[in-house]
Amino acid sequence: MIRKRSALRATACAAAVGLPLAALPAAAEDMAKPELLAANCFNCHGPNGESLGTVPELAGIPASLLIRNLREFKSDTKIATIMNRIAKGYSDAEIEAIARYIERVNQ
Amino acid sequence: MAATNRRTFLQLAGAAGAVSAFGLAGCQPQGAPRVVVIGGGFGGATAARYLKKFDPGIEVTLIEPKRQFTTCPFSNLYLGGIRSLESITFGYDNLRDDDDVIVVHERAVGIDAEARTVTTDGGGTFPYDRLIVSPGIAFRYEETPGYDVAAAELAPHAWNGGPQTRLLHDQIRAMEDGGVVIVAPPANPFRCPPGPYERASMIAHYLKYNKPKSKILILDAKDSFSKQALFEEGWALHYGDMIEWIPRSGDGKVVAVDAAGRTAITEFARHKAAVLNYIPQQRAADIAVSAGLVNALGWCPIDYPTFESTLVPGVHVLGDAAIVDDMPKSGNAANTQAKVCAAAVADLLAGREPGVPTTTNTCYSLVAPMHGISVTAVYRLTDKGYRGKAGSGGLSPLGEGPKFRAAEARYARGWYGNITNDIWSRT
Repeated sequence: MIRKRSALRATACAAAVGLPLAALPAAAEDMAKPELLAANCFNCHGPNGESLGTVPELAGIPASLLIRNLREFKSDTKIATIMNRIAKGYSDAEIEAIARYIERVNQ
Repeated sequence: MAATNRRTFLQLAGAAGAVSAFGLAGCQPQGAPRVVVIGGGFGGATAARYLKKFDPGIEVTLIEPKRQFTTCPFSNLYLGGIRSLESITFGYDNLRDDDDVIVVHERAVGIDAEARTVTTDGGGTFPYDRLIVSPGIAFRYEETPGYDVAAAELAPHAWNGGPQTRLLHDQIRAMEDGGVVIVAPPANPFRCPPGPYERASMIAHYLKYNKPKSKILILDAKDSFSKQALFEEGWALHYGDMIEWIPRSGDGKVVAVDAAGRTAITEFARHKAAVLNYIPQQRAADIAVSAGLVNALGWCPIDYPTFESTLVPGVHVLGDAAIVDDMPKSGNAANTQAKVCAAAVADLLAGREPGVPTTTNTCYSLVAPMHGISVTAVYRLTDKGYRGKAGSGGLSPLGEGPKFRAAEARYARGWYGNITNDIWSRT
């Protein structure tokens, strides 16, 4: 039941962002909830991505830009000190979910 | 709390249990599920805050004796003279005033897992539907002849934030130039694996400019340590031969302490110090032991997806006290574990199956004020526990230049400001 609901949610989400269904990774239904995935960003970037300084602020950054940056860190086309190591731990679907949650929670 | 309240609660809890499959939304207000959190450190305070964030309808009570919490992270910067003790000390006003958490500054002294209540030294009884315990560590004084609570006033461990850290700081300020500072880290597992080596670095920074004829001797109960190559690279660069590390295999393990004589005793030698920082073996804090949450080794086994104790139902344990393979015992790890635990507890109370967990750890250490190094991991739950996702995470590269090290030193400070702001208030 739970797995089926998750898969449906993922499908709805993909439809909402205009992704072809084939782009969904097979493991999407095993993904953590967006609020939990994003909460793991806040230990460095501050609550809801509001940074007190030095570490870049995530609050207010459009999802499209967050997704691009995270994908570039993941592929090492954009170089940072630590984000290349961290971005490689997330699937494209997780990156999407994180970016959309952070955009939404700060609107 | 009065006994009648407790009876009333049990009735309500029974009612809540009966309707849990349909959620609690339809219950009367006093039927709101209750979560008690023991411990206001990185794990407990995060859990309290994120429980309210994930489900504002849960009544959350945080039990923490201290009104002000001084962190262990960044306490080494205080020892190095580049940070004040006040700047690493926080309060709970945000939890109480902004997040609607009931904050009780008493010490939890008993857990009744049958009645589902916590008792405190102030005489309070706090009923819970689910309990989260994040009590931190205690020391195994019995492991080291000559070392106990009284000895720690002469040879501080400084491995709990606050007075012990100040004592070590003051001893280093009072020592003569040319003295030896001994840092003696324990065997694994212990709180903050890179901590002793960052401590040696920050003390060396202070000594280099103030007492340059002094030495630091690390007498280690291990043959290797966290971020070792990065620390050793930085020590050679900044401190020459001021820091000497003696591994266990080189007779580094301290087997006894003469605290009054500031002497560390290994199997074959006696090392006299001007300042002796002995860090004892550790276990989960006392409340975890008295509540039956620990295994034979003194740590708390848990169900990985929910952090619920495998020994006591209804009680969740996280942070340094818990066994969370392969996550280190760190404040950052506790912060992300607390978020997973809070989400799972909210799910369980609402009758939902807990979701997929996800945790991370990002750990910065300062080798010098503008020389930072890091290790990071993104964890996935496997059937063996939390494991770093293949191809991700890892250490800062060796051989990087000053620009990279300075950037990580700045990010270390940025991380500290933001993670503490994710948890506590400045007031």
